[in-house]
Amino acid sequence: MDTLRYGAIEARSPKYWALLIGLGLVAMIGVLSAHHMEVEGHVISGMNNQIVWGMPHVFAVFLIVAASGALNVASIASVFGKTEYKPLGRLSALLAIALLAGGLAVLVLDLGRPDRLIVAMTTYNFKSIFAWNILLYTGFFAIVGFYMWCMMDHAMQKFSKQAGLFAFIWRLVLTTGTGSIFGFLVARSAYDTAMLAPMFIMMSFAIGLAFYIIVMLASYQWSERPIGDLIVNRMRNLLGIFIAAVMYFVAVYHVTNLYATEHHAVEKFLLVDGGIFTQLFWYVQILLGGIVPLALIYAPQTRNCRRSLLAACALVLIGGMAHIYIIIVGGQAFPMEMFPGMEVSSSFFDGEVSAYTPSLWEILLGFGGIAITLLLVTVGVAILDFLPESLADNIVSYKK
Amino acid sequence: MNQMNKKYALLSKSEQDVSQGVDKGKRTFIGGLVGASGLAVAPGVMLYQTASAKPVEQAVSNAVRWGMLVNVNQCAEDCDDCVTACNDEHGLWPKEGSTTDSQWIRKLTVKDPSTGNAKSLPMMCQHCENPPCVDVCPTGASFKREDGIVLVNMHTCIGCRYCMMACPYKARSFVHETLENQLPDSPRGKGCVESCNMCVNKIDAGDNTTACAEACSKAGHEAITFGDLNDPESDISTQLKAHGGNQIRADLGLNTGVRYQGL
Repeated sequence: MDTLRYGAIEARSPKYWALLIGLGLVAMIGVLSAHHMEVEGHVISGMNNQIVWGMPHVFAVFLIVAASGALNVASIASVFGKTEYKPLGRLSALLAIALLAGGLAVLVLDLGRPDRLIVAMTTYNFKSIFAWNILLYTGFFAIVGFYMWCMMDHAMQKFSKQAGLFAFIWRLVLTTGTGSIFGFLVARSAYDTAMLAPMFIMMSFAIGLAFYIIVMLASYQWSERPIGDLIVNRMRNLLGIFIAAVMYFVAVYHVTNLYATEHHAVEKFLLVDGGIFTQLFWYVQILLGGIVPLALIYAPQTRNCRRSLLAACALVLIGGMAHIYIIIVGGQAFPMEMFPGMEVSSSFFDGEVSAYTPSLWEILLGFGGIAITLLLVTVGVAILDFLPESLADNIVSYKK
Repeated sequence: MNQMNKKYALLSKSEQDVSQGVDKGKRTFIGGLVGASGLAVAPGVMLYQTASAKPVEQAVSNAVRWGMLVNVNQCAEDCDDCVTACNDEHGLWPKEGSTTDSQWIRKLTVKDPSTGNAKSLPMMCQHCENPPCVDVCPTGASFKREDGIVLVNMHTCIGCRYCMMACPYKARSFVHETLENQLPDSPRGKGCVESCNMCVNKIDAGDNTTACAEACSKAGHEAITFGDLNDPESDISTQLKAHGGNQIRADLGLNTGVRYQGL
């Protein structure tokens, strides 16, 4: 049996239903947490008038960035012609849509007035990068949906390459837009740089691929379908390159800032004496999220070990989360430079490093978003033919 | 006559001399006449302005640009009457030390660490001509009125807080709790963002001042001058012309409607 065949996974096992119910519960708790925050007001969250974006935004940006990155797996086959990735394309598109849906759910549920979502969908200020993002996100659903159709319907396969190329370009624009949400903020020292857009793109490559590998390996393990080392090791190497590329962008971001005297204070805050942010940067983002996964991927002792790869992927996700936390929360915690060179104080905490302790509600909402993503994937792979019945080496290499 | 005088003032001195060809004596005579008639008419005009509210159906015009000038040298360090007046006018009453309560205006202490020189000043929405909050607002709820006042439309604000991320003056607050005892003249909204509205309720009622400026005068400091930046004869414009005025974060090119002297 050398031909590539797709098939929905068996949805009858108790394990599958347990997973479904578990994810459903986490998603429901997330939605209820958001409802509680809306009824009581954001006063019950850890966010305040100094740290206006908190944990929900960290989760939302994390999932949105991962969404565009998860689509890369499909793009590698259709845009860059690497046919061994072709069997992975359908799941890539499904995961991309599911991640974006999870991320947007968190973002929308955290709004002060989520009931006014219809206003956001119908009233646009086209100068706002946020408004562009609303269009980019809805466009992403439509384009990736069409791309998925092209991959799954034999009659539509002739459009697959064009749809893949268009989806790839769209996802690059989308992540540029996400990075620019921060890059366009001239008022805050940690933002206000065009570096954020390409850095977000590279982060999406790493986080999206790590997410994809975890979902893929788990799906094959749990559905007891074969998956060979050929494709796994390809992805392992690719992940290594993406992790190194993210670290390169992080280095350039900080070195560029360090060159300009006006940014020395914010760099000192992030890299030396920023408390939790400094610790997150060195220990979680760089060490756990960068150096350790690289070692797990490239060290001869762990090179072919799937558990090590899974561990590397999980660490990339944790490191990516820390990276986004430092950007979003750390960027706000550092005092705004209203009077450069002066010491400022007020009843509104001007001139002070702002404190932020995430509340349980925010964290539950964030995990709710991840659960929505995984729920969509779990249901998707059981009702449509997203997963190849085998990813054994002979199947993967056959397509070559 | 006044209109002609304004047009005349727009010409450069050499242009005035060449185009008019008038002798100095004649010019002094006309200038005196304009000044005298201005003095005679001004009290009536002032009376008319303070007595008339803008009719609801009349659109706001960009003929005026409302602004405020803060003379930092006259702002007393231990006085926060402007803050109290703002809270009373808009029903804010933030609890001391609260990180979530709204503050539309606050007193800042700005100290130069190299000299130890410290100044106290009020900080509020700077009512920029090019406001970053308006640029980033996805729904257009943050907007600038024709007369330069930057406001939030409480009906279309979705509470995304992007404007708070973008404001270089930390001038905006998010309503974190259910509101009680709102004042009818200053409606607010839970889950929405708000900031100094330059007492638009008072301006539209024809008061032509703000609660903070009023309170500052009442305290005898006269540190806040409210007025029309477009009118060269207004108190704020003449003070700015005579003594200048700085914008905070002028490097951002926002052309703020609130200016500071003595910084």
